[in-house]
Amino acid sequence: MIRTPLRPLARILSARAAGQNPDVIEKENTRQRHEEMRDRLRQRAEGRLLVLGIFFVCAFTVVGGRMAVLATSEPVEPRASAPGAAISAARADIVDRHGRILATNFETHALYAQPPLMIDPEQTVADLVRIFPDLDADRLRKDFTGKRKFVWIKRKISPEQMQAVHDIGDPGLLFGPREMRLYPNGKLAAHVLGGASFGKEGVSAAEVVGVAGIEKYFDDRLRDPALANQPLQLSLDLTVQAAAERVLYGGMRLMNAKGATSILMDVHTGEVISVVSLPNFDPNDRPRPILTGDQSDSPLFNRSVQGVYELGSTFKIFTAAHAIDLGVVNPSTVIDIKGPLRWGKFRIRDFRNYGEELSVEEIIIKSSNIGTARIAQMIGADRQQDFLRQLGMFEATPFEIVEAATGKPLLPRKWSELSAMTISYGHGLSTSPMHLAAGYAAIANGGHRIAPTILRQRGPRLGQRVMSESAARAARLMLRKVVREGTASMGDVAGYAVGGKTGTADKPKPRGGYYEEKVIATFATIFPAHDPKYVLVVTLDEPVETSGEEPRRTAGWTAVPVAAEMITRIAPLLGLRPDVEPRVLSDIQLTSSQ
Amino acid sequence: MRTILFVLTTLSVIGLAFWAYHENHATREALNETERLHQQIQTAHTRLAVLRAEWAYLNRPDRLRELADLNFDRLGLFPLHPDQFGHVSQVAFPPDPDLSIVNSVEVANLEGDE
Repeated sequence: MIRTPLRPLARILSARAAGQNPDVIEKENTRQRHEEMRDRLRQRAEGRLLVLGIFFVCAFTVVGGRMAVLATSEPVEPRASAPGAAISAARADIVDRHGRILATNFETHALYAQPPLMIDPEQTVADLVRIFPDLDADRLRKDFTGKRKFVWIKRKISPEQMQAVHDIGDPGLLFGPREMRLYPNGKLAAHVLGGASFGKEGVSAAEVVGVAGIEKYFDDRLRDPALANQPLQLSLDLTVQAAAERVLYGGMRLMNAKGATSILMDVHTGEVISVVSLPNFDPNDRPRPILTGDQSDSPLFNRSVQGVYELGSTFKIFTAAHAIDLGVVNPSTVIDIKGPLRWGKFRIRDFRNYGEELSVEEIIIKSSNIGTARIAQMIGADRQQDFLRQLGMFEATPFEIVEAATGKPLLPRKWSELSAMTISYGHGLSTSPMHLAAGYAAIANGGHRIAPTILRQRGPRLGQRVMSESAARAARLMLRKVVREGTASMGDVAGYAVGGKTGTADKPKPRGGYYEEKVIATFATIFPAHDPKYVLVVTLDEPVETSGEEPRRTAGWTAVPVAAEMITRIAPLLGLRPDVEPRVLSDIQLTSSQ
Repeated sequence: MRTILFVLTTLSVIGLAFWAYHENHATREALNETERLHQQIQTAHTRLAVLRAEWAYLNRPDRLRELADLNFDRLGLFPLHPDQFGHVSQVAFPPDPDLSIVNSVEVANLEGDE
């Protein structure tokens, strides 16, 4: 670039010669130079502004474009950060205490139709009815040829059926994937598992919801996606449960009972190892609830927790244990049992006449109502009430299936002295067999309250103390003697030192009063009696044993043999080795002191 | 000097572009592979669930009991019974192994010497 000098010599000299001021020339040149500089700077600034403007336009276009793309695109899962080995299972499995499957999911398909797409509705209906004989042909024909745009045909179909429907080849027949709840063991533990069905249903998926039992109680836990790959572990033992169901079913048939229930419970943890209620059902194909008549006739009725009955003489041991705990009697205290015992208009009688007086121990062994009522009088109604409340006989059991909440004990409206006397031998207070099992568990574990549970536990869960260790021990000795020499002599299983108490209660009529020939026979046992590990309660509904000259209904002839058979079958499965019972030292002390 | 710098910059830009393209390609490849594997895992899980359900179904107590009854002649299986528990003392000790012969002495010869 050639710079114009500010004082060009030629012009200065000629200006001087002409007598002009040469500074004018210089000023003029300075001005021109400044103008040039100004123009250049302006141009540069404009250029920068332009670049900046373009940059901003581009930036806003990109941001706007991205927003538009995000707003209009379908959402997709990030592909790179997909979780590792995720399981799509909608519902967690249920397993037994050794991890064997009780309930799992199975992929299947639902069949639906879109009639507008159908080519030959008549032929399709004929083919469908051939594959699924339970479909109503007329109804389908009406649906397919009418105005409907969408028809569900089958909720669940097997792969073979799906192939057969495929082979029909009609484009109007379509399949939707379904997760189905499967109970591979069929009827086993049906009342605990309950069942599941479909909740909200769409074409491509349907939610599986629990409708009863543990499936409903733990519905949220089972449906929680975070816990989907952790199965829910129950305390049930599949093998023991199967054996118990088999034996109980045989016993129920043999004793001509219309229903039966058994509960096997660990006395330290409260874990229910097996719980059976007969008649039962298949949770894969849950029957409909009956709408009329007695609910207890329905196979859905869970006798173990819902069957609230007066359980009879099995309660006597609670009275005896309580009285010993309070110190009002000891096992050898002699009680007057002259009968019948009159209280107002009411008379208490024994099954047969046991003489004039018996010791507390003999009252339990022979099962004397009068003797137990006398002991209850010594205890008093208030203390008895507190004791039974502590044992958990006043509210529904905390057993984790939805039906358990409906098994609320029936208490007398007013706990009079007469109520106390009848309740002492198991009449006037109705509880479920589960309550009874929990009560016997307290005696068996040395006097701690036990909450029955269906979930696998790690270690003992002893509750508050309800009776002293020594009272519990005395009660266990009495229970053992009931089996050795009392009403439950058929229940003695060699090697397992069974202790227990029978109970035969007349069934109440729905309109008040009691049936003469319908009883609930119960046998509540603990085994082995010298070191109890398990409680077993067997209850038969309306049993009658007809091998003798006249029909026998007492628990000693009905529930006890069934329970004995059950212990013979179950105890080896539980790993209990038959053992020689240790001699009772207290007996020797007693004889020597007399 | 300036020219060399220009050439080097251009070359490095081309190189980087190529590298970025390559990486992009590899990422896509890896993503596709992950997706395929996920699908495989999914199928395997489904299959595993079906197999487990089938195993449970085939091992249901009812069926095993029926099988045991059907094959009673061959297997002679009874339900577990308390008698079947044994005691350690009922188990015989294994017989002592024969002592191996070392330093053998010929007995016949000794008798002959006397």
